[in-house]
Amino acid sequence: MSISGKSVRIASGQGFWGDWLEAPVRQVEVGPIDYLVMDYLAEVTMSILQKQRNRDPSQGYARDFVPLLGRILPLCVEKGVRVIANAGGVNPLSCRDAVLETAQAAGLAGQVRIGVITGDDLMERLDDLLSQGVELRNMDTGEPLTMVRDRIQSANAYLGAGPIIAALERGAEVVIAGRTTDTALTYAPMMFEHAWPADDWDKIAAGVVAGHINECGAQATGGNTGVDWQSIDYSDIGYPIIESHADGQFIVTKHEALGGRVTVPTVSEQLLYEMGDPAEYITPDCTADFRTIQLEQEAVDRVRVFGVRGAPPTEMLKVSVSYLAGYKAVGTMTYSWPDALEKARAADRTIRARLERLGLGFAEVHTEYLGAGACHGPLAGPLPPDLPEVELRIGVKHSERPPVDRFTREIAALILAGPPTATGFAGGRPRVQEMVAYWPALVPKKQIEPRVSVEVA
Amino acid sequence: MRVRLLQVAHARSGDKGDTANIGLIALKPEFYPVILKEVTAERVKRHFKGICQGDVERFELPNLVALNFLLRRALGGGGTLSLRTDAQGKTLSAALLRMMIDVPDELADLLER
Repeated sequence: MSISGKSVRIASGQGFWGDWLEAPVRQVEVGPIDYLVMDYLAEVTMSILQKQRNRDPSQGYARDFVPLLGRILPLCVEKGVRVIANAGGVNPLSCRDAVLETAQAAGLAGQVRIGVITGDDLMERLDDLLSQGVELRNMDTGEPLTMVRDRIQSANAYLGAGPIIAALERGAEVVIAGRTTDTALTYAPMMFEHAWPADDWDKIAAGVVAGHINECGAQATGGNTGVDWQSIDYSDIGYPIIESHADGQFIVTKHEALGGRVTVPTVSEQLLYEMGDPAEYITPDCTADFRTIQLEQEAVDRVRVFGVRGAPPTEMLKVSVSYLAGYKAVGTMTYSWPDALEKARAADRTIRARLERLGLGFAEVHTEYLGAGACHGPLAGPLPPDLPEVELRIGVKHSERPPVDRFTREIAALILAGPPTATGFAGGRPRVQEMVAYWPALVPKKQIEPRVSVEVA
Repeated sequence: MRVRLLQVAHARSGDKGDTANIGLIALKPEFYPVILKEVTAERVKRHFKGICQGDVERFELPNLVALNFLLRRALGGGGTLSLRTDAQGKTLSAALLRMMIDVPDELADLLER
């Protein structure tokens, strides 16, 4: 199905679970696209989804995805737009069932095929893998997984493009994945449409670069840019669209009618976002060299990307394990002029002294003064003499919940039994949060067998 | 001529565990040799004294007139474990742009902001 001279338009609709709900709708409504790809899974998201599944076995996927498809699927079918998303989380099959139901309710019975990818979830296989000598050591610290074995909340291998391409080959109009790499959502349809061989490293590397540009939504099209941000219309910002050509070159653009901006600076910023060693951007399908990327402003809001070189991937897949690492809570209180900062500091001393007397033994107590250098600390330089207000923000960590719960009672006590002009406590007691830590590891590819199933609504 | 890095470059930062990354991009190609010379890993480590507890590594991307910095142990334990407001290092890009650097006088006309 090679398309020469013609391009395939792959639109990003979501950069994380919690991103702008209207973005994917606008991508489908406002102009022509061939694919809508949506990334829902950050590292921490998997553990949240696992907790939801533990409470209710029918949950554990990005729930927003289902009503979204209810809104856009009829138009996608009419326009021939295929949807690829890692909305399946830790329960892709239940996500698929919910989508099938929604498609039928939208009057699309018999008109749309839903593909689902499984095989990334290693939760039930961990002991088996460990007994086979797959140690799943922490890539950063070298520690063996047995150190946190009893606290693990989720464990997923990052799958590549293979299973997504398999689902597309079988005619799926909607592909639901669990833990795939964010970039594969974009380069899988590129490989499929252009029939790129699985060992054409340069072309796949170009696809990886396209995926990296797409994976954070509007961060490539003017969102969060530091260059001339004042002139950007964010309210109806256009999310990125990749126009992919068979030779590997592609254009980054957006719907003309929407806001935002696509320039060499906006694309460059996104290319460097969460970058490690640019010479070795490792994915399951190739290793891309980001030092070979060439950018050219071809026209207004159109950046051409070319020259990308790639190399074979490794024999390993990345695994993301999450485990419970204790509890935390953060409380805030605002103090007004005069002497706002001094009052906030006195309040901090007060809380710390009260906690000290309780002997709760926190692993960490951390204080910041918002409005007085919380973000940049000493780099912010000398503060203006008497600030109009300052927000005290104090947080604690503990391996057990009760001490953290006790801490949350100490914030409101400042209102009557602390420095003057305390305000801004209407939100009530701070919430105790479970701290979920992230354990990056590697697993041999041969241990992972993705499965693909496609069903007609 | 002494100017703020903000006048010759833009930046974006993000996180991977307890490591922050800062991509620093020259606003004009003429400024790339300037940031290459001025914004060394050692200088960035000193700049972030008290914030970055680990080492700083620098990578060069001349194709994007950019540098990439990895700041290890810079996020108070990492995204989900950190008690900081900026647990994911989103504002470290701006913090880097506070740095004062030397720019050759002949490039003065190219300075915009």
